[in-house]
Amino acid sequence: MEKRVTFDNRMLPYLLLAPQLAVTIVFFFWPAGQALYQSLLLPDPFGLGARFVWFSNFEYLFNDRYYLQSFVTTAVFTFFVTLVSMSVALLFAVMADQVIKGAGAYKTLLIWPYAVAPAVAGVMWLFMFQPSIGVVAFYMKAMGIDWNPVLNGGQAMTLVILAAAWKQISYNFLFFLAGLQAIPKSLIEAAAIDGAGKWHRFRTIIFPLLSPTTFFLLVVNIVYAFFETFGIIHTMTAGGPGQSTTILVYKVYSDGFVGQDLGSSAAQSVILMVVVGILTVIQFRFIERRVHY
Amino acid sequence: MVEKQGFGTILMHAVLIIGIAIVCFPIYLTFVGSTLTHFEIIRPPMPLVPGPHFIDNYSEALTAGITAPVGRMLLNSFVMAMGIAIGKIAISILSAYAIVYFRFPFRMFAFWAIFMTLMLPVEVRIVPTYEVVASLGMLNSYTGLILPLIASATATFLFRQFFMTVPDELVEAARVDGAGPLRFFKDILLPLSVTNIAALFVILFIYGWNQFLWPLLITTKPEMNTIVMGLKQMMPTADDYGNWPVTMAAATLAVLPPVAVVIFMQRLFVKGLVETEK
Repeated sequence: MEKRVTFDNRMLPYLLLAPQLAVTIVFFFWPAGQALYQSLLLPDPFGLGARFVWFSNFEYLFNDRYYLQSFVTTAVFTFFVTLVSMSVALLFAVMADQVIKGAGAYKTLLIWPYAVAPAVAGVMWLFMFQPSIGVVAFYMKAMGIDWNPVLNGGQAMTLVILAAAWKQISYNFLFFLAGLQAIPKSLIEAAAIDGAGKWHRFRTIIFPLLSPTTFFLLVVNIVYAFFETFGIIHTMTAGGPGQSTTILVYKVYSDGFVGQDLGSSAAQSVILMVVVGILTVIQFRFIERRVHY
Repeated sequence: MVEKQGFGTILMHAVLIIGIAIVCFPIYLTFVGSTLTHFEIIRPPMPLVPGPHFIDNYSEALTAGITAPVGRMLLNSFVMAMGIAIGKIAISILSAYAIVYFRFPFRMFAFWAIFMTLMLPVEVRIVPTYEVVASLGMLNSYTGLILPLIASATATFLFRQFFMTVPDELVEAARVDGAGPLRFFKDILLPLSVTNIAALFVILFIYGWNQFLWPLLITTKPEMNTIVMGLKQMMPTADDYGNWPVTMAAATLAVLPPVAVVIFMQRLFVKGLVETEK
């Protein structure tokens, strides 16, 4: 896509681009270059100098049990956040698409968790589920459940998954609802005349037609779970107990700022950049394909 | 609707209402927590209806807080969110204008340089970005809070997409009438972009307000904390320490501005959300 008619000016376009390019170079390319460079260095124990070690930071990472464990943790976390928030959102969207009265009100009430910051969502969920004061935790214990996410890694994981999925429901709901409303009513009516029941219609017509939206949301949710849930993890569990909720992004932070292991943190940054790169490419390939639907 | 609905509709309303109750419960409970006393909360179960201490807790939070007055943190968040939203829109609309309406050497290079930033969210490059900002002396400053977050490929793309749909005849007409590129931008393109700018503003304001990791790293002084990160510092770590009602009042105040934006500007918000993901 190119404009047919343009302006002629030698200097002006550069002046217009200058602010964005300046910010991009100083705060994106310079740090990214630093990360690449540092990932090949090994600082000495006193922080006075650094030795060039080629890829040994990466080699070390891929032999590090905790780092590999963090990959598994991230995979489990991402899988369940995506599954829970997308299926709940789809259920709500299908319902809201069907009811005629009050659909607008339901929409308004369902979209506000989007506005809640991940870190604040973490505080809110901790307030409900904290073992000593949380009111939900109290009733769970009253029902005989041994609830203690401070010590039990599996329970801590469940808790951060619930909080992260909760925050993403609004977003998925809005896109599913828009997708559902874009499906021509005539298709559904035709199927109904042919005697297809509700569930049958959903499975054979609505869900396939919704697949572009579903795939798009899948990528968005994976990106969300990978990179935007830092605040939830940091406020709720700080990666613990042990390493049970240390997702990759949290590990970059805790190794870099808490552990002061800069070489390793930089190497982890580089690995994450590759992951983001792959996800971005998938997202763009998909958007090109979506045109054909 | 497709077929006559009787019992099914009632069932669907019921599912939606229960769903909404569950979805809204954390926010409701936070509000309830902000109207009780610390003792009512640390001796569970806490009451599930608001108590009488609304004014006490909120005025304590706003003026004294725990680490710093919440009023001050709200101001910091507001400055940061506005700075990010306005800054991003300003630099993106200019660069999109240059890329769409001019032909010049390195045009595609500039385009790809901006595109690359999509692949580098701040969470991924925190340590080196922190070092850069520290070496520029921007720790504990609004500049340091805002500037590193305003480069954004999404906003530039949005404006580029929109400019491509603006008819070429407008440029031709402007040129016939003797308008230069700046005049065209100011008098024609900018007024046409108002809805897009507003929709983007809503999304970017929420994005800026909800930043957590970046302010956590670069603001070490409590009076420079933003509300979202300051909240984490306020959280009681043990039962006899801290103040849950004041913390919950701060949490309620932290979500109020973005929630108000989403609810009262719903149409723009939905538009912005859909457009930025294209």
